[in-house]
Amino acid sequence: MATLHTVNKSPFERSSFISALNHTVPGDKVLMIEDGVISARKGNTFADLVSSALSDCSVYVLAPDLAARGIAEGDLVEGVQTIDYGGFVDLVAECDRTQSWL
Amino acid sequence: MAMDEAGGAPGAAKKFLYVNRKAPYGTIYALESLEVVLIGAAFEQDVQLAFLDDGVYQIVKNQSTDAIGAKNFSPTYKALGDYEVTKLYVEAEALEERGLTADDLMEITFEDEDDDWAEKPSINIVSRADMAKIMSEQDVILSF
Repeated sequence: MATLHTVNKSPFERSSFISALNHTVPGDKVLMIEDGVISARKGNTFADLVSSALSDCSVYVLAPDLAARGIAEGDLVEGVQTIDYGGFVDLVAECDRTQSWL
Repeated sequence: MAMDEAGGAPGAAKKFLYVNRKAPYGTIYALESLEVVLIGAAFEQDVQLAFLDDGVYQIVKNQSTDAIGAKNFSPTYKALGDYEVTKLYVEAEALEERGLTADDLMEITFEDEDDDWAEKPSINIVSRADMAKIMSEQDVILSF
């Protein structure tokens, strides 16, 4: 009964990233899209939160949004997975519900 | 019997959670949420509301919008019971972070038809962990 949480804002701009992580349950999936991908760059202030989330959730970033912001896959917090648009669709289909953290 | 994608019987009421995370007058989200809540209730779905982050400000008492030229829609929350919307979950941590307590919230009640129409509180203060669990039990989540 997993929930897909999507986050589309930078953690430096909005609290939605932190709120999303605070409301996951084990087995949930978190997908960063648009400016949300900024939280997944290794070394950023929020990287430890991403690492903590990975202990019981899966964390994904949308590759086209990463590329648009000049973030290489090798620059991501370890354990974060990249997906393309097709992968995004698969996640929505696999999960029981989707919550967009606006 | 055929099952729909949410796992329920066709035509059965689904569990809808409306997640409210923004304060009421700075953006249109809160009012839009309320409108959609009433639509969901009209279709006899199992409607629940969650208030977290700045969303807790939507239901604080003594709202007065006379001087800002916006409609004060807070009384509408008190009418939700008449639409059988009787489950409002408010996150304790969100209140505490903002220096608020349950006493700062409006009194929102419903009449329980299964209990001789006794008047009961609609607001349930829940922990962040319980809020996460509530979210994980829904068929549909609508975020505002």
